[in-house]
Amino acid sequence: MMRSITSRDDRFRNVLRKALIAAIWLLLWYALYAVVGQEILFVSPVRMFTRLFELAGQGAFWVSTLASLFRIVLGFLLAVALGVAVAVLATVSAFVHDLFYPVIRVIRATPVASFIILALIWLSEGTVPVFTAFLMVFPIVWENVFKGIQNTSRKLLDMAKVFRFTRVQKLKRIYIPSVMPYFVAACNIGIGLAWKAGIAAEVLGIPKNSIGKELYSAKIYLETPDVFAWTAVVILLSFALEKGFLQLLRKAGQKYNAGD
Amino acid sequence: MSILIDSITKSFGEETVFEDFSAQLPDRGCVCFFGPSGSGKTTLFNILAGIVAPDSGTVAFTAGTKVSFAFQEDRLLPWVSAAENVEQVLFCEGARSQALHWLGRVGMAEAADKLPGELSGGMRQRVALARALAYGGDVLLLDEPFRGIDARMKERVFDLLEGEKKDRLIVLVTHYPEEALRLADTIRVISGPPVRITDTINIPDHKRRDPVFTGSVLARLGASPSSVCEE
Repeated sequence: MMRSITSRDDRFRNVLRKALIAAIWLLLWYALYAVVGQEILFVSPVRMFTRLFELAGQGAFWVSTLASLFRIVLGFLLAVALGVAVAVLATVSAFVHDLFYPVIRVIRATPVASFIILALIWLSEGTVPVFTAFLMVFPIVWENVFKGIQNTSRKLLDMAKVFRFTRVQKLKRIYIPSVMPYFVAACNIGIGLAWKAGIAAEVLGIPKNSIGKELYSAKIYLETPDVFAWTAVVILLSFALEKGFLQLLRKAGQKYNAGD
Repeated sequence: MSILIDSITKSFGEETVFEDFSAQLPDRGCVCFFGPSGSGKTTLFNILAGIVAPDSGTVAFTAGTKVSFAFQEDRLLPWVSAAENVEQVLFCEGARSQALHWLGRVGMAEAADKLPGELSGGMRQRVALARALAYGGDVLLLDEPFRGIDARMKERVFDLLEGEKKDRLIVLVTHYPEEALRLADTIRVISGPPVRITDTINIPDHKRRDPVFTGSVLARLGASPSSVCEE
């Protein structure tokens, strides 16, 4: 909607601007590569992209990528579900809140690496990324959704009481719209964190068919172009996840705003 | 008697808003609580609406009394349109057309599909009024309902409420004497907290436009120690 206001000229200028910025950074990257001069230490953008395309042509690339994606998204979704559930329970019961509060503080203060190493002792390496992603996202979702419920306008709730709103009405018309911005923010931060922490867990746990394992073996065999290419995959998927997730939420939001 | 307030007490922390306060309200007509802001009128409304419970004492309603409320702030749902805001309080078939009917009565038909954020303060106030009227009920609580509404539109709303008070009780809170004079059958001048009724003025319809009478009422309202409002 907003974009239609800007004229075609402006849009063209905008694209040009972005292309220029990209070109500057790519050139700098290339210059750095030329100065270092050793592919084992630093890879040129050209080399990275050609390697990426080579990898993308192989079936194993997609198996690893999708397997990693699956694990981390699974951990993320579990955390979202449980985070929302515990936030609701914590609203209803002060005891549940006080019970979980220290746990969440401890989780937040613990370095991811500690969790990964502990999880590797307890769990199979395939489950560790799921668990790690879960631990990263759970406190964020819990805290945000809880805050969202707390900040739901007392005045609107009183209004709902006067006009005898049903429970469903209160949930649909007051609580969900109030909490939505907090929830979206939590998911937006959470998905990126889950992805990065999940990949770190894979690098340490090296489960079969995973981006982490590919990164790890590339490092062992000093395949620096592969390290770059796989890192690019992580970055691209990170962007895609954040964007895709937001799109999904926007769609859901529209659907439910459209009415009953 | 439709509402009997029997020696209620209510404190918020250190502040006692009601101390052994009693009042009776009739079945229909318009009762105005006239007094400065901060004198406890909003708490009175919250108690009447069942939002806040008194610490002691009772508020007795005739069984099945339905209370509607137009709040001082509009309290509209910001995420749905004006019409949907009104629809929310209608639990019947044809809620949409009913909502549009009430929006029309307050001159807001054109804005039915606008979100509250797209409306001016006075317009939102009118939507809130339409919602309160659409909900119906035996008692209509109006807490400073005319703020931000321009003079012409105010006149229209007064006419509407004049019709409404014939078969229900309207309880109006305002600190504008002319609003009280226009609508109220009884003005209860209050001061506080703790809330006290310092004066009761009955306004017979045939004297409502009598300049001598209204002059004396204005003097009584102006002379009351609670009337520190400036306009």
